[in-house]
Amino acid sequence: MAKHKTPLLDQLESGPWPSFVSDVKQEAEARAKNEKGLDYQIPVDCPEDLLGVLELSYEDGETHWKHGGIVGVFGYGGGVIGRYCDQPEKFPGVAHFHTMRVAQPAGKWYTTKFLRDVCDLWDLRGSGLTNMHGSTGDIVLLGTTTPQLEEIFFELTHNLDNDLGGSGSNLRTPAACMGMSRCEYACYNTQELCYNLTQEYQDELHRPAFPYKFKFKFDGCPNGCVAAIARSDLGFLGTWKGAIQIDQEAVAAYVGGEIAPNAGAHADGDWGAFDIQKEVVDICPSQCISYEDGKLKIDNSECVRCMHCINTMPRALRPGVERGTSIFCGAKAPILDGPQMGSLLVPFVEVNADDDYQAIKDIIEGVWDWWMEEGKNRERVGETMKRLGFGALVRAAGVPFDPRQVQEPRHNPYIFWKADDVEGGWDRDINDYRERHQR
Amino acid sequence: MAVVEFQGKSFEVDEDGFLQRFDDWTPEWVDYVKETEGIKEITDDHQKVIDFLQDYYKKNGIAPMVRILSKVTGFKLKQIYELFPSGPGKGACKMAGLPKPTGCV
Repeated sequence: MAKHKTPLLDQLESGPWPSFVSDVKQEAEARAKNEKGLDYQIPVDCPEDLLGVLELSYEDGETHWKHGGIVGVFGYGGGVIGRYCDQPEKFPGVAHFHTMRVAQPAGKWYTTKFLRDVCDLWDLRGSGLTNMHGSTGDIVLLGTTTPQLEEIFFELTHNLDNDLGGSGSNLRTPAACMGMSRCEYACYNTQELCYNLTQEYQDELHRPAFPYKFKFKFDGCPNGCVAAIARSDLGFLGTWKGAIQIDQEAVAAYVGGEIAPNAGAHADGDWGAFDIQKEVVDICPSQCISYEDGKLKIDNSECVRCMHCINTMPRALRPGVERGTSIFCGAKAPILDGPQMGSLLVPFVEVNADDDYQAIKDIIEGVWDWWMEEGKNRERVGETMKRLGFGALVRAAGVPFDPRQVQEPRHNPYIFWKADDVEGGWDRDINDYRERHQR
Repeated sequence: MAVVEFQGKSFEVDEDGFLQRFDDWTPEWVDYVKETEGIKEITDDHQKVIDFLQDYYKKNGIAPMVRILSKVTGFKLKQIYELFPSGPGKGACKMAGLPKPTGCV
């Protein structure tokens, strides 16, 4: 028997999509039964009270969580999102409902052993509810009380060999696409670089020292499966130099209809027979592909590596052999001064595990040194870039200026020059001028 | 809101143990908070951080950025965590009686 009546939420149990309401109810039931005989460390009916407060919000159309919340574990300045219900008498099970961010493995590969261990920990000391995963990447443990935070942190670190994720004005939890683990497009090992940088910058992740939040994301190619260009202050997008690798026999097999285009991604509709001219050649944004006499030709010097031809004929075309990553800087959501996607800062840099990715770390630390000194309170690096200019960012990163860093040159003539670059500098005497020009 | 009594003083606090009003701060508050913030003894270094936070708040109406706290006190972030294990926000600002940090924390 449910503790609260939830007529509005009950409607969300119908329909084909997995219902979060049914799932929360299941968890509520399992806790009530307590077949394992656990000594629950937070109220048994926490999930029921969550449904209760959510139903109330459905009724009145308002949230019932109080503003903010500052809780955490000793040694760290982030990782836990404190939250308190604004109707604690009605819903005591969620009077405290803090969220813990737990660091996830890059690419989110798991063994059931690890997940069972996390669940055992969370069943005892939390609500039993999770978010797999937060948008930034973390495993999200949804709902526990303040006294449990250190307990969970102790078990997480001592028994599960795992750590908290990031929150606050710091480096947030980095995330990567699956990369080389199961994708033939991956131009570098996204998971390894993600893991390496996460470990390298643990201090920056756990103890907020920045003007505002800062995120890394790692895409193996321009397809952007982890959306690095939209959701990270520094986004790493794999790419290559030189020629796309072409297997002409496989091209012929696509043309002959033996292999489905786009690996069969459009198989649920009838789009007719594959037409290489129409679906590849004519769509190439650089118009640098031709198909003549049964041969596919690519003028690689004009190719912008958009991935379209490779995506369409994955068994015939592969990224080039000289691979690396581009780095984009400044993506952010609208607040305060408008949304931004990453701007190309570094067209190509090698992803070199042999020297522990030093070239990439130099760029990151250059950007941080500059932004930590110049960034205003709660100013994302993308906004600092707008305020102080893209040139300042390029100099901070210690990379060369490059035409590829702009989509087009400026059209206004408000161009600043450094005094050193102008003959005679800025110190001029009006009297010298008057000798040649009468007033 | 909860009210805590300590050494004859009473303080109105929120769920996170932050003072509701900066003006209610007294030196006893620091003694009361220190244990929950993992601090045994208040040293001159602790006091230096607390004093600066209070001065800055009185003058500017906000808490200083971490960078400014470090620059003025001369304590690197690492040292601030050694002094205040939960950090400059939850630890030091709470003890200094400043309002609870807000935003995407």
